Amino acid sequence: MIRFDSVTKTYDQKSQPALDGVSLDVDRGEFVFLVGASGSGKSTFIRLVLKEDQASKGAVYVAGQNVANIPSWRVPRLRRGIGVVFQDFRLLPNKTVFSNVAFAMQVIGRSRAVIRETVPDVLATVGLEGKNNRMPHELSGGEQQRVAIARAIVNRPGILLADEPTGNLDPTTSMGIMKVLDRVNQNGTTVVMATHDDDIVNTMRKRVVELRSGAVVRDDAQGIYIGETGAVVE
Amino acid sequence: MRLAFILSEIGSGIRRNLSMVTSVILVTFISLTFVGAAGLFQLQINQMKGYWYDRVQVTIYLCVDNSSETSCATGPVSEDQRAAIQAKLESDQFAPYVDTVSYESQDEALGHFRDQFANSPIVDSVTADQLPESFRVSLVDAEKYEVINEAFSSEPGVDAVSDQRDFLEAIFRYMNWASVVALGIAGIMTFCAILLIATTIRLSAFSRRRETGIMRLVGASKAVIQLPFVLEGVIAAVIGAVLASATLYGASRFLIDGWLVNTFPQTAFISSQQVLILVPALILLGAILAGLSSLLTLRRYVKV
Repeated sequence: MIRFDSVTKTYDQKSQPALDGVSLDVDRGEFVFLVGASGSGKSTFIRLVLKEDQASKGAVYVAGQNVANIPSWRVPRLRRGIGVVFQDFRLLPNKTVFSNVAFAMQVIGRSRAVIRETVPDVLATVGLEGKNNRMPHELSGGEQQRVAIARAIVNRPGILLADEPTGNLDPTTSMGIMKVLDRVNQNGTTVVMATHDDDIVNTMRKRVVELRSGAVVRDDAQGIYIGETGAVVE
Repeated sequence: MRLAFILSEIGSGIRRNLSMVTSVILVTFISLTFVGAAGLFQLQINQMKGYWYDRVQVTIYLCVDNSSETSCATGPVSEDQRAAIQAKLESDQFAPYVDTVSYESQDEALGHFRDQFANSPIVDSVTADQLPESFRVSLVDAEKYEVINEAFSSEPGVDAVSDQRDFLEAIFRYMNWASVVALGIAGIMTFCAILLIATTIRLSAFSRRRETGIMRLVGASKAVIQLPFVLEGVIAAVIGAVLASATLYGASRFLIDGWLVNTFPQTAFISSQQVLILVPALILLGAILAGLSSLLTLRRYVKV
């Protein structure tokens, strides 16, 4: 589903590359944790998949297509196949929960009828039944992140990218979010989640790819979190 | 659905940015008013040129009933006098100067008069016998007007020889100046309008960067992301253009129809109906102006 072929990304010539010769395959329906310290290249990975940035060297394939060959007018189509969730939720503060999710469908031209049918279903999937008309500031952090997930998956993308989705949440709430992401994954969506939350990684027992200074230093099928000191955190 | 969505985006953009949008409306309003004023001056010049400029170089007016010139002592021009004048104009002596000669009877003069002053109330009070017959002489070299003037002004039956070119050219010169000044002001104001539209779009893009960021992420097309901004500018500019058109129409009704036509009944003025010709041009100009400047701004400030 996502393939990195010796990808190097240099933001400016003098500094060290953000990604350095990364090769990685993520299969359809997989759940992958991308771990590593801040600045290890997790966010760069996500930006390259979205074609927010271009690889300096090597090739990035998404759904079998080299993103470098996608003309700029087709990039929106690429992004429709990818849902994204961030640490800071990025909800529209002046729209209700329903409207925030509906917004993702409106901007790609879905009909009002389809939106009215789909949004409540998706909100139920993420565990937000009955909160359609709440405003984001009336929700807890965990609930806001669920809205963000609902928005990311409402257009049924094949891939969900999550950049530290539990970074702002307490452990209990985080586990709730992980259950939601796991459910999304169960429904067939490939999930790539950047995180440095050891509890979550160790509980989920999914594939773990560790980046350090832009290079893949570890790729375990059912991995655990290893701290920066090298000590196994369990 | 998509249209309704874009319209609601435009609505929220305008609401958030009301003071800037208002200033865009006012600046385009003023700049397009000056553009329109320059256009009206040109229309007026054409209106006057259309009848006079190309046809008439020198006119030899023949005596009518109440002419006061000594050459008209015998009253209205007689058949013999007219024939003599015509013969003299067509003689070999003047052949090097005269290109064509045409005769205009009193009835024809009235016809032309009515055409030219169609918008003027004076039309109804003029009759053919008040207008002089004339020979319209176009010269081989328009500068040789004095030759004709000297030779014919004291000829029996000739009331006056006039070269309207000088008179018309002076007027056209002033009007051209006025339209150049109006265009100059229009140019400066248009420049202001472009800068202001660009700034407005920039502010608008900044205040909606959350929305556009999310739109990008969920795969909204470039058109859906940018169109609300472009249309916001275009709508403001078109409102300005409509205000400018209304002002020009109002001013022309008030000034031309209401005042100039009555005060200077001898002059042919454009009608306020002709102002309406300018309206689509002004609206189109406003829309293009806003559309282009917002597209250029968006290219820099809204990443797609």
